[in-house]
Amino acid sequence: MKSFEYAAPATIKEAAALLGDRWGDTELLAGGTDLVTCLKQDIAAPRRVVSLRKIPELRGIKTDKNTVTIGAMTTLGELIADAGVRQHFSSLTTAALNISSPQILAMGTVGGDLCQRPRCWYFRNGHGLFGTDGKTSLVREGDNRYHALYGTDGPALFVSASSLGPALIALDATITAAGPKGKTRKIPAAAFFHAPRSETEREITLKPNEVLVSVSIPLKGLKNETYEVRHRYGLDWPYVTATVAFGEKNGSITDARVVLGHVAATPWASAAAARLLNGSRADENAAVKCGEAAVMDARPLSGNSYKIQLVKTAVKRAILAARAA
Amino acid sequence: MAKIDWPAPDKRSLLGKRISRIDAPQKTTGAAKYSYDINRPGMLWAKLVTSPHPKADIGEIDTSAAEKFPGVKAVWKETETKSAQYAGQIVAAVAAESEEIAVEAARLIRVQYTPQEHQVIDHDPALARDKPTTKQAGNIEQAFADADSVVTSGVYGVPVITHCCLEPHGQVCEVKEGELYVWPSTQNVSRYTDRLGDGIDIPQNKIHVDCQHMGGGFGSKFGYDKWGTIGALLSKQSGRPVKLMLDRDLELMIAGNRPSAYAKIKVAAKKDGTLTAVDAEVWGTGGTGGYNPPPVPYVFTKIPNTKLVGKGIRTNRGGQRAWRAPNHPQGCLLTMAAVDDCAAALKMDALEFFLKNVALTDRPNVYAEELKIAADLIGYNQKAHLRGQAGPGPVKRGLGISIHTWGGLGHPSECDVTINADGSVETRIGSQDLGVGNRTAINIVVAETLGLPLEAVKVELGRNSYPSSGASGGSTTIGGVSVSSRRAATDALNELLPAVAMKLNAAADNLEARDGFIRQIDKPENRMQWKEACALLGPNSITKRGKNVPGESQQANLISQGVGGAQIADVSVDVETGIVTINEMVAVQDVGLIVSLKTAESQVYGALIMGITYALFEEAIYDPRTGRMLNADMEFYRLAGIKDVGKLKVHMMTGPGYDERGVIGIGEPPVISPGAAISNAVANACGVRVPHLPLTPDRVITALQQKGGVA
Repeated sequence: MKSFEYAAPATIKEAAALLGDRWGDTELLAGGTDLVTCLKQDIAAPRRVVSLRKIPELRGIKTDKNTVTIGAMTTLGELIADAGVRQHFSSLTTAALNISSPQILAMGTVGGDLCQRPRCWYFRNGHGLFGTDGKTSLVREGDNRYHALYGTDGPALFVSASSLGPALIALDATITAAGPKGKTRKIPAAAFFHAPRSETEREITLKPNEVLVSVSIPLKGLKNETYEVRHRYGLDWPYVTATVAFGEKNGSITDARVVLGHVAATPWASAAAARLLNGSRADENAAVKCGEAAVMDARPLSGNSYKIQLVKTAVKRAILAARAA
Repeated sequence: MAKIDWPAPDKRSLLGKRISRIDAPQKTTGAAKYSYDINRPGMLWAKLVTSPHPKADIGEIDTSAAEKFPGVKAVWKETETKSAQYAGQIVAAVAAESEEIAVEAARLIRVQYTPQEHQVIDHDPALARDKPTTKQAGNIEQAFADADSVVTSGVYGVPVITHCCLEPHGQVCEVKEGELYVWPSTQNVSRYTDRLGDGIDIPQNKIHVDCQHMGGGFGSKFGYDKWGTIGALLSKQSGRPVKLMLDRDLELMIAGNRPSAYAKIKVAAKKDGTLTAVDAEVWGTGGTGGYNPPPVPYVFTKIPNTKLVGKGIRTNRGGQRAWRAPNHPQGCLLTMAAVDDCAAALKMDALEFFLKNVALTDRPNVYAEELKIAADLIGYNQKAHLRGQAGPGPVKRGLGISIHTWGGLGHPSECDVTINADGSVETRIGSQDLGVGNRTAINIVVAETLGLPLEAVKVELGRNSYPSSGASGGSTTIGGVSVSSRRAATDALNELLPAVAMKLNAAADNLEARDGFIRQIDKPENRMQWKEACALLGPNSITKRGKNVPGESQQANLISQGVGGAQIADVSVDVETGIVTINEMVAVQDVGLIVSLKTAESQVYGALIMGITYALFEEAIYDPRTGRMLNADMEFYRLAGIKDVGKLKVHMMTGPGYDERGVIGIGEPPVISPGAAISNAVANACGVRVPHLPLTPDRVITALQQKGGVA
């Protein structure tokens, strides 16, 4: 790794002021579980690293009447341990629990989960976000078993690595970011992720000189759960995940959302599945149909059509788990 | 006088008992030092520069910028070859004051490459360019044409996997006053130096090897390797000690590689299940080198009509290395899966089928006995069903069987045992402990021979200054070291006995060492404490060198070779996700006379874990276009964790019929069957053969979809 300048400011404003306006010049250090790997892999070679560890206002979970607000530097372990989060947002707790590595749960943060870089093995081997050799897409031509199933007509074929993103979108969360002068802005969770169109962009809509401050989730009383298809019990990336959230009126489903993880460059909301779920009773029959609807717009690459079956199952099981919750 | 023969069961106080490894406290507290832990005063860190191209001509290697980089103390570059044959091939190296400086300096080395066309795909037989090998027996055409036979055919395969030693390859080198001191991680202490001296211009006898603890080798750590030479040269150049350990990516790319094996296999059996013919076409890669197809049929070697065609595919991948039981896990998977498919086609219970066909193996009685024990241990009769009849629900449970064999004859070995006048006993042997309990086993043998408790004997190994002992490979170590240490201890004891005989007024022939005493065999109360007996030596210690000469020891029934083992796996397959879960595995193993029961059992547990790992997770994935390994990390090169392995049960065959064979090695045999047993269990559970390991969701789902089987 290259030597870099290290700063550990005490306030959000100071932190934002230390950031550059081009991605890669400066990097924010939260738990470090991804950044340190990127430094070692030479994927990140910043001039300056700005640590957020000494900023107390970035930590902790606050609940008021309508909202739960989670500081960006709250660790995944703290998120899991929070009884309020577990009670209202079981899908979020499950998603965090599924990370399953005690080390990452202890060090990794909520903000870091949202901002981490993709695990695409072409990206990690130095072929850029789009995994090309300059001309050809190595992803399309090569081994794409873990790559995107949706939105594959664009250049971004990696999958979003965020575990919490799908749940936050399903729960209508809002993300607060602070700019260089300390000014904050609110971003709906669904708009926080985007598929980059050039190598100079990132997978998130945060600006290079903004600090992710917190995540707020409204208390809407939705039933919600996450189901993950993962091979190993221990630390492992899921093949696919599905988060489902919905309200219930007289036994009938309203306000449904179905959001998939690890299937596209962003968390992937399935409007078709949500439409089918609304008005249903979220029973086995409806769950199977929603699973089938969710894969209607799947466009697999050469080696990942097996994921279609996994998405169907994940959606079905997430719906049944949410209903039982 | 004491005899060399292994003591009778009623005379054993340590041999074959369940004893915890003697270095366990050191290992659990971190006091045990591995190569990575060796830090010499003034030590430098080395980093390698490797070819990013799978095949390229190497032009100029410009190290000038690295040499000028502050903190760099030595630089090495390739001069012997002008051609890179695989991505990860070493072309240059730097040694610097810190690891960080070395990494940064290595990046400053500029190498001119002219990329050449490469080939990394190993699963397509059309890519085989070498002349196929053919082995044939009987008349397969006639056997397959027999109207009374059932004929089945299928494709099967196992990809290249790596050794993935948790402790990577490498060493610390220190050249001092023209002599080389080296702390490598090696399976081959006595012969580690080999031709290392030639490359660094230091005579063999001035190279001092020390390897006290190892974090795994599995067949990949026999040589000093290129990094051994480079480390020594960097040390010589800088006059400083140099640590050179492979990073994880290189460990996976260039320091392992078990050859792959894919096959089309046709099997014929009579309607009663008796196997009559196997026709196999096998292909795979051993990297840039040649290919030796695995044995098919494996174990069932008495099937009368067989044909095996082997086709090697040369690939620009890191070279192959022996992986625990070379070629056996591959041959076992291909054979056991193919014959199990035949049993399924006959709608025959798999256990009945295996029992029927043990007659076609070299040791029918052993396998029959082991299969029955394994079946009892896993509750076979309660759980078994025919293939695909697991019942309703998305999670299907199934059982799978496999049997295997291995040699395991002890290697040549020499050992010194010294008895001192103060009663202390020292054992020195140029062997190594890969983490399996070799130290403990030697300690057991010497202490048993001298009638002493374990802690009264000191065992020193891991240095090439000690008597020469064989490399630890092919399950040869325990047979070698148990005989050499037994002989040394017996001879030393026999030199002590005459003086004791005079004192006790008994014939030396009538004395034995037991329970801390030298005593009269027919009058045990006539005895002398060990320490008192040793005091009779006066100023002179006794040192005796014991040797194992394999052929002679085998004739004397001290050691033997040829074992059988049976394993049954109990798995669950979620047919909606393709996730395979191990519920339970049972391993029953014959291994002759057991020296150290607990560490022998641990070898079997470890083998099951390693076997479950390659059955479910392991695969070296290469990008066809760049020719680079895509999962040279431990994120996508997955190893099983503790919860992934299910419940493991180990049963060792001991007692009459086994003990009298003498000592046989255990390292390889139990790792052979897991892939086959698990693959068979998955087929039994979900009704479909998943042709290739590892049994990942993509492969399981694809196999189910091809047979229309997804719920």
